[in-house]
Amino acid sequence: MGLIRHLSDYAVPAIFVVILGVAVLKKVKAYDVFVEGAKDGIDTIIKIIPSLVGLLVAVGVFKASGAMDSLILLLRPVTDLLGMPPQVAPLALLRPISGSASFAFVTEIIKSFGPDSYAGRVAATMMGSTETIFYTLAVYYGSVGIKNIRYTLIAAIMADIISVIASVWACQFVFG
Amino acid sequence: MLNYIWIGLLMIGFAFGIVNGRLDDVTKAAMDSAQTAVTVCIGLLGVMCLWTGLMKIAEKSGLIRIIGRAVRPVLGFLFPEIPKDHPALGAIVMNLVANFLGLGNAATPLGLKAMKELQSINKDKKTATNAMCMFLVLNTAAIQLVPANIIALRTSEGSKKPAEIIICIWIASVCATIMGIIAAKMLSAVWKKDN
Repeated sequence: MGLIRHLSDYAVPAIFVVILGVAVLKKVKAYDVFVEGAKDGIDTIIKIIPSLVGLLVAVGVFKASGAMDSLILLLRPVTDLLGMPPQVAPLALLRPISGSASFAFVTEIIKSFGPDSYAGRVAATMMGSTETIFYTLAVYYGSVGIKNIRYTLIAAIMADIISVIASVWACQFVFG
Repeated sequence: MLNYIWIGLLMIGFAFGIVNGRLDDVTKAAMDSAQTAVTVCIGLLGVMCLWTGLMKIAEKSGLIRIIGRAVRPVLGFLFPEIPKDHPALGAIVMNLVANFLGLGNAATPLGLKAMKELQSINKDKKTATNAMCMFLVLNTAAIQLVPANIIALRTSEGSKKPAEIIICIWIASVCATIMGIIAAKMLSAVWKKDN
């Protein structure tokens, strides 16, 4: 889909122009604020280093031992049905459980297959299109002492399944 | 839960390594991966800083409030049980917009405040209301304007067009969000409060 891919060329500049435009209207000292905010980026990255070391080692060991191949083989019937690259399947299982573990997994996929490969694109899309479910529910409900969460988890998992299917579909649609 | 997954991945990995006779590969992978984790993070720094800097400008110039005001009318449909001028609605909107802009640090306190406000109009303090369910489903299916860490990763791994993936991510998140809303609405109709 040439048109949609063309659209993505405009997305980033458009976001810049809108944000900077509003900053001008509201008389915000954009550059000073930018530098201040950029420091948050460093904090974010520094904070994820320890967990990424732990998780990438776990994913690396799991893969090098051949266990990953067995898991992928096991999930093969489902991935074939959805047209999903088989290597990405474990990510679909990991994503609702842990954000940092899935990020380690996406890193592994993109390193092995390349960022512009089909598997790399589907993995990136899956990573970007959902949040970790269990952690979010535990923190938010825990904060106010709710014990009976009723249908929250079911609805969240239904949305998650759709996002997995839609990730595959969107990559096929956009990149053909 | 992550504790179990981490131990599980490593233990199963070592067990498979023994069975498949690949222990030397496994050891090498462990060391290489530790190294990779650090080089990856350093590769992410530049693009992450660019986005967190830009989004800080958005935050400071009040873009959260501007977008919040624009999406407010939709809230009546999503949260019919909340009285129109209740502070819960304000906190919900601010949280969802902060998530949308990828302002994680701002989003969580706003989300916790929203939960507190929702709890204040909850009759049964141990059981989630429909509004809470809807809020958290929207929160977990969150649409993000710029998924900065993914674009950073694609950039550092040499993608020709790192930001190209944004469109796919938007499509998939919109589908997930619509599904979440439909599921929450339908389940709220059939799910009795005492279930």
